[in-house]
Amino acid sequence: MLGFLQRPVVVTADINLNVVALTAVGLLSRLWQLAYPRAVVFDEVYYGQYISFYMKRIFFFDGSGPPFGHMLLALGGYLGGFDGNFLWNRIGAEYSTNVPVWSLRLLPALAGALSVPMAYQIVWELGFSHCAAVGAALLILIENALITQSRLMLLESALIFFNLLAVLSYLKFSNSQKHGPFSPSWWFWLVLTGVACACAVGIKYVGVFTYLLVLGVAAVHAWHLIGDQTLSNVRVLCHLLARAVALLVIPVLVYLLFFYVHLLLLCRSGPHDQIMSSAFQASLEGGLARITQGQPLEVAYGSQVTLKNAFGQPVPCWLHSHQSTYPVIYENGRGSSHQQQVTCYPFKDVNNWWIVKDPGRHQLVVNNPPRPVRHGDIVQLVHGMTTRLLNTHDVAAPLSPHSQEVSCYIDYNVSMPAQNLWRLDIVNRESDTDVWKTILSEVRFVHVNTSAILKLSGAPLPDWGFRQLEVVGEQLSRGYHGSTVWSVEEHRYGRSQEQKERELELHSPTQTDVSRNLSFMARFSELQWRLLTVRSDDSEHKYSSTPLDWVMLDTSIAYWLHPRTSAQIHLLGNIVIWASASLATLVYALLFIWYLFRRRRRVCDLPEDCWLRWALAGALCAGGWAVNYVPFFMMEKTLFLYHYLPALTFQILLLPVVLEHISDHLCRYGALAATPPWGYGSRGVLNGDSSVMQMGLGSQARLCRGSEDEANEGCRERKVADVHGRWGRPFGPGERQEQREGEGNMGRDPEQPVVRGRTAWCMAEINQEAL
Amino acid sequence: MPPAVGGGLAGSELRPRRGRCGSQAARAVGPDVATEATARSPKRPAPSSRRFEAPGRWALLALVTLMSFATRFHRLDQPPHICWDETHFGKMGSYYINRTFFFDVHPPLGKMLIGLAGHLSGYDGTFLFQKPGDEYEHHSYLGMRGFCAFLGALLIPFAYLTVLELSQSLPAALLTAALLTFDTGCLTLSQYILLDPILMFFIMAAMLSMVKYNSCANRPFSAPWWLWLSLTGVNLAGALGVKFVGLFIILQVGWNTVSDLWHLFGDLSLSMVTVGKHLTARILCLIVLPLALYTATYAVHFMVLNKSGPGDGFFSSAFQARLSGNNLHNASIPEHLAYGSVITVKSARMAVGYLHSHRHLYPEGIGARQQQVTTYLHKDYNNLWIIKKHNTNSDPLDPSLPVEFVRHGDVIRLEHKETSRNLHSHYHEAPLTRKHYQVTGYGINGTGDSNDFWRIEVVNRKFGNRIKVLRSRIRLIHLVTGCVLGSSGKVLPKWGWEQLEVTCTPYLKETLNSIWNVEDHINPKLPNISLDVLQPSFPEIMLEAHMVMIRGNNGLKPKDNEFTSKPWHWPINYQGLRFSGINDTDFRVYLLGNPVVWWLNLLSIALYLLSGSIFAVALQRGARLPAEVEGLSQVLLQGGGQLLLGWMMHYFPFFLMGRILYFHHYFPAMLFSSMLTGLLWDILLRLCAWSLASFSLAGHVHTLGILSLLLGIAYSFYLFHPLAYGMVGPLAQDPRSPMAGLRWLESWDF
Repeated sequence: MLGFLQRPVVVTADINLNVVALTAVGLLSRLWQLAYPRAVVFDEVYYGQYISFYMKRIFFFDGSGPPFGHMLLALGGYLGGFDGNFLWNRIGAEYSTNVPVWSLRLLPALAGALSVPMAYQIVWELGFSHCAAVGAALLILIENALITQSRLMLLESALIFFNLLAVLSYLKFSNSQKHGPFSPSWWFWLVLTGVACACAVGIKYVGVFTYLLVLGVAAVHAWHLIGDQTLSNVRVLCHLLARAVALLVIPVLVYLLFFYVHLLLLCRSGPHDQIMSSAFQASLEGGLARITQGQPLEVAYGSQVTLKNAFGQPVPCWLHSHQSTYPVIYENGRGSSHQQQVTCYPFKDVNNWWIVKDPGRHQLVVNNPPRPVRHGDIVQLVHGMTTRLLNTHDVAAPLSPHSQEVSCYIDYNVSMPAQNLWRLDIVNRESDTDVWKTILSEVRFVHVNTSAILKLSGAPLPDWGFRQLEVVGEQLSRGYHGSTVWSVEEHRYGRSQEQKERELELHSPTQTDVSRNLSFMARFSELQWRLLTVRSDDSEHKYSSTPLDWVMLDTSIAYWLHPRTSAQIHLLGNIVIWASASLATLVYALLFIWYLFRRRRRVCDLPEDCWLRWALAGALCAGGWAVNYVPFFMMEKTLFLYHYLPALTFQILLLPVVLEHISDHLCRYGALAATPPWGYGSRGVLNGDSSVMQMGLGSQARLCRGSEDEANEGCRERKVADVHGRWGRPFGPGERQEQREGEGNMGRDPEQPVVRGRTAWCMAEINQEAL
Repeated sequence: MPPAVGGGLAGSELRPRRGRCGSQAARAVGPDVATEATARSPKRPAPSSRRFEAPGRWALLALVTLMSFATRFHRLDQPPHICWDETHFGKMGSYYINRTFFFDVHPPLGKMLIGLAGHLSGYDGTFLFQKPGDEYEHHSYLGMRGFCAFLGALLIPFAYLTVLELSQSLPAALLTAALLTFDTGCLTLSQYILLDPILMFFIMAAMLSMVKYNSCANRPFSAPWWLWLSLTGVNLAGALGVKFVGLFIILQVGWNTVSDLWHLFGDLSLSMVTVGKHLTARILCLIVLPLALYTATYAVHFMVLNKSGPGDGFFSSAFQARLSGNNLHNASIPEHLAYGSVITVKSARMAVGYLHSHRHLYPEGIGARQQQVTTYLHKDYNNLWIIKKHNTNSDPLDPSLPVEFVRHGDVIRLEHKETSRNLHSHYHEAPLTRKHYQVTGYGINGTGDSNDFWRIEVVNRKFGNRIKVLRSRIRLIHLVTGCVLGSSGKVLPKWGWEQLEVTCTPYLKETLNSIWNVEDHINPKLPNISLDVLQPSFPEIMLEAHMVMIRGNNGLKPKDNEFTSKPWHWPINYQGLRFSGINDTDFRVYLLGNPVVWWLNLLSIALYLLSGSIFAVALQRGARLPAEVEGLSQVLLQGGGQLLLGWMMHYFPFFLMGRILYFHHYFPAMLFSSMLTGLLWDILLRLCAWSLASFSLAGHVHTLGILSLLLGIAYSFYLFHPLAYGMVGPLAQDPRSPMAGLRWLESWDF
C-alpha cells in the first residue's frame, strides 16, 4: 500500500540512439527545403488533380490503382487547408498561394524518412549485426532516387514504407513467437502485418506482390508449426486461426475500409461519371441524380424511357432512332430493308426516348394504377418522336453481316411483315416475377420471332448513319455480355395520348420524386471491377523505359526544369549503390545455391540457425526484390524508372547482409577447398580427418555426417569451444537461451561465442567416431 | 543402413508382380523419409488369383483399347463436309502435299502428320477446304480423319496404363478409361482433322513414359529405363512440335526430373560420378534429344515447303528468297536504288510487312481525314511506291535524263503508285499510339507540300554512298518534324482493315520498328543483276519462324463486343463449340463434355484437395496411420499429386493468356482431371471399405461403388452420344427434340 511513497516510481526507458539518430537524419534529408520548388513537378500534375477532387469531394475515377494512396496525399492537403482550387494542367506551372505545398508533400516525405530507421530494424530483426543494420539504413538514406521520389506528391515512398512495415512487423511477430505467443506484442505485430499489407495494396496494386511474399513466408512457418509435435492440436489450431484472421481477414476488411472512406468522401458527381453504371451515377449528388431523382421506380406499360447500354465500350450510349432510313444499297453492294435506322448515340437527345407498349393495346399512356412490366413479358418499344416500333428481321446488319439488322418498322408493303415483339429478360433478377426497375434492372430484349438479342456491336456507322454506333440483333448469342444488356436511365410515366402533346412531353425534363441508393458493397464491387478492367492506353512516353534498363540504371527521368535558371530535378539513382546491390543479389543467389547443394550432400558450411537466418534474409530481401521486379516484365502498361524503387529498397537491404556474411563466414578462412565439394561418395572413403580438423580450426565450415541416431537434425549439436579456445567458453542450455539477446554481436567480434540456441554443429570428430 | 535401400527393397518385393519394374507408389519419397514403413505398397487382391492375373490384365487392356477404337471410329465419315477448324488444318495438310509455303501460328509437326496421313491414304491435295460446311464429294478425307481418330483412340489405353502404374489398382484404371471413353467431348475432338488429338496423344504418351521410367528408378541405366526415358523425350518434342501448349507437359516433366535429381543428389550412397551420370542421361534424353527432333521437324518443314505460297509476306525478304516461285527467288533486280524506281518497302521488324496505302481515308476524329498509310503482310499492288526527288516532279524515267542514284542523306518523296499520293506526316496524333504523329497519303498526282519530304538514311553508313536494295537497312526521317517513320505493330480497328498502324516516332530510339529495307525494285533504265541474296542460315530461319509465330499468336486478340470463352467456363462445361450445323435441318455436331463426367471431375478435384490436405496435415502432425491407410495415402499424395500438377499446369496458364481462347483448349487438362478422378474414387472407396471393415458387406462396398460409377457413366454416354455422333431435327429448346430434356444448362445450344 502506498508503495510509491516508499519506493520511487522508476521508468526504465530503453532507447536505441541508433534509431533516433537515423530517424533524425532521415527527416532532415527528406524534409529540408521541402517546399522548393514551388512548381508542379512531374507526376504531381497527375496526382494533384485527384487531391483537388478530394478537396471538392467530386467523384473521380483513376484506373491506375486503389484509392488509399490518393487519400493519403489528400490528407496532406486537408491538414494544410487546401481548397482544391488549382488547375493541374502542366508540369512546371507555379503553384498559386492557396496551395499548401509543404503540407501536401509532407506525408510522402515522412514515409520516406521513416523508411530509414525501418531498414535498420529489419536487418536487425533478421538477426544481423548493428553494424550491418546501420549500413542498410545509411544506404537507404543516401540513395538519391529514393530521396527525390519521397520529396514530391508521389505514391512510391508510401508504398515502400508500407512494404517495409509489413516485413518488419512480420519479423517482429515471428521473433516474438518463440517467447510469448499470444502476448499483446505478438498480437500487435501480427495485426500490424496484416494492416500494413492492406495499406500497401491500397496504394498500388503492385503491393499485392509483397503481401503474397509475406503470406508465403507465413505459410512456411505455419507448416513447420503444424509439424511441431510439442504443441497440442488445439494450440496449433489457435495459431492457425490467429494467422488466418490477421493475415487474410483483416487485410480484406482494411481494404474495404479504404473504399468505404473513398466513396463516403466523394459524394458529388464529376467528369468521370460516364464510366460508371446509371445506378452508380444516381448515387452521386448532382449529375445524373439530378435528372433521375424522383423518377418512378417501376417501369409500366406506357412508360417513357431512355435505354443505356451497359457495356460502355467504345463509349457509353443510348438506344436511338431518327427519321433517316438505311440506304437501299450499301457501299459494298449488299442490300438493306430501307427501314428507319436504329443506332446507339452517345449524347442525350430527345430521340433517345422510347415508350414501352403492351402489344395487346393501342394506348401509349400509363393506366391508373400503373401496370408494371415483369420479367418474361412481351413488349413493343415505340420510338417516341416517330412512333415507329422497334423491329428486327432476317436482313444482314449494315456492318456486321452475321447479325440481323435492327430498324424501326416502316410498312413498304413488300411482304416484309413487322416483327416487333420483344421478350423482356431481366438479367439480374432475383425471382422470375421481378418487376422491371429504373436504373437497377439490367435487361435484355429477346426477339420473339427469331430469338435474336438486341446488341450494341460498337461499330461506327458511315456517313449515312451520322457516325452513330451500330445496333444489331445477335442470334443465339451465348452467355452474358455487357453489350446485350440495357438499363433504363431516364423514366417517366407517359400521360399524353396525342402525338403532338407527347412530343412536348418528351422535350420537357423529367421530374417526380423517390430516392434510392445502392448499398456500399454494390458500389464497391462495381468500382473495383471497373478499376481492374479499365483499359489504359499504353502510350509511349519520352522517359518510359523497360525493366531491363532499370537494373543497370540505363535510364532517368527529368522531373522538373526551371524555365529561366535551368535548375533541375532529375530522378537518377546512385549508380554505386545500384550496381553493388545487384552484385550482392547475384552473390547471394550463387552462395545460396552452393550452400543448398552442399547441405544436400550433408556438408554443412553454416550452423543450422545461421543457415536459417541466411535463408530468411534471402527470402525476404532477395525475394522482395524479385516479386517487386519480375512481374513488370509481364505488364503491358507504360513503365518508368520509379516503378523499380520498391524492388530496389529490398535489394539494398540485402547488400549489408551479404557483406556481413562474407566477412564472417568466408573471409576468415581459406581452407574451404580442403573439403571435397560434395562430400564423399560413400562412408568408406571418409578418412581425411586431418585435413578436416584443420578446417575445423580455421573456419566455421564443418563437415557433418548424417547418422542414424540424428536423422532429424542432419548435423550434430556440438560446442566448438572444445576444439579451440579462441571460440570462448562452453556454455550451458540456459546461457544459450540468453545468447539471443546478444545477437547483434554475432560474428562481429571473434571473442564472442557465435553459437546460440539449438545450434547444430557439424564436427570433424564425427569422422573419427565413424572410423 | 542408408535409407534409400528401403525403397529398393520395397521395389524388389513388387518385381514379380509387375514384371520388370517396381511400382512408383512403392518407391519411398526419398532418403529424407526416416520412417521406412511408409514405403509399404497398397494392398493387393488375394494372391490366389495371381495365376490368372497377367492374362487377365492383358485382356482388360485389350478390351479398353477395343472400346476406345470402336467409339472413335463409329460413324467417322459423318458428316461428309468440313467441320469447324478442319478448314484450316485440312488446308494446311493440302499445302504440305502441294509443297506450297504457308504461315500458321502453330509449329509444323501436327499439320505435317496430317499431310502425311492424307498423302498415304490417297488424298491428292486438290480439295480447297474453303469454309466449314463444304462437301468433300469425291475427295478422300477419311485417311486424315482416321489418323486423328487413331491417335485420339490411343489416349484411353495410355490413360489406363498411366493410372495403373501410379495406383497399382485395376479398378482405378478402369474407371479412368471409362471416363474418357464415354466423354462426348474427347470423342468429338478426336473424330475430325484437328491438331488436338495429335497434341493430346503426345502429351499422354509423354506422361505415360515419364511414369514408366519413374517406376524403373530402382534399376537405373537398364534397357527399359533408357527406353522410357528417351521415349519421354521423343514425346515431349512431339507435343511441342504440334502446339506451343506442349510447353506445359515439358514443364511438368521438367519439374518431375528436377525433383527426381534432387532426391538422387541427396542420396549419399550414390557417388558424385553416379549422380553426374544420372544428370547427363537426363540432359541427353530430355533436352538434347527433344531439341534435335524439334529442329528436325522444322528442317523437314522447310524442305518440303519450297514453293511460294500465301505465307510469304509474313517473312523477311531474305527468307522469301528461298521459295521457288517467289519473285525474290533467284532474283534479278537492279542493285542500287535510283530515282524513279518502283519499290516495296518492308519493315525490318518481323511480321510487320510492307508499307501500304489504299484509297480509304482515316475516319473522322482520327487525325486528319487523309488517305490511310498502314503496313500489310500480304503482297499487293498497293504496296508499290515510286521514289522521287523532293523538289521536281519531272518523270525521272524519261529516257533522255541520266540515271540518278539515291544516296544516303538525300531528301526524297515517296509517291504511292496506285493513288499518286505522297507519303506525308504532320503534327496530328497517330490513330493508336497517341504520342506519335500520324502518317497519311497526301497531295494530288504527286503534288503535295513540304510535309511530304523525307530524308533517307542508311543505318551505320557515312554520307555519299548508294543504297543497296535488300541489303541496306534504311530509316526515313521526316524533314519538318524530325520524326522517324516506323510501324508500331498495333492492329488498326475495322476502318483500317485490321492492318498495322504506321506512325512517325518523335523518339529517336534505335529500334527495329523504324528500320526498313527495299524489297522489290523495278527500274527499266537499270540493268538487272542476279542477286544471290542473303541465303539465311538454318538457325536464322528457325528464329524468324518462331518470332513470326509468337507475334501471330499475340495478334489473336479477342475483339470488343464479342462473346469469348473464358477459362472459368471450361471445367464447369459452361458452353460448347458448334462443330457443324446451326439450323434444325442441318446435321449438327456439338463439342461439349459429357456433363456427368465433367461435373464428377470437378467434384473430384475438390474432394482431392480436401482429402489430400487432411492426409498431409495428419502426416505432418506425425499421426500414426494403419499400414493400409498409409499405403493408400502415399498413392493419393504422390500419384494423385502428379496428376493434379498436370491438371494445373494445363489449365491455369490460360488465365494469363491475352489471346483469344476456345473451349477445346481445356481438353489436355481434362485428361489429367479424369485420371485424377479415377485414382481418387478408387482410393476413397477403398478407405470406405476399410473403415466399414467390421460389417459383413464391407468387402463389396468398393466393388459396388466402382460398378455403379462405371454404369452411371456409360448410361450418361448413351444419353448424350448424339452430340458427338451428330443429330438432325429440331433444336434442343424445342420440346419435340429428342435432346429436349438434356439441355441442363441454358448456355448449351445444340
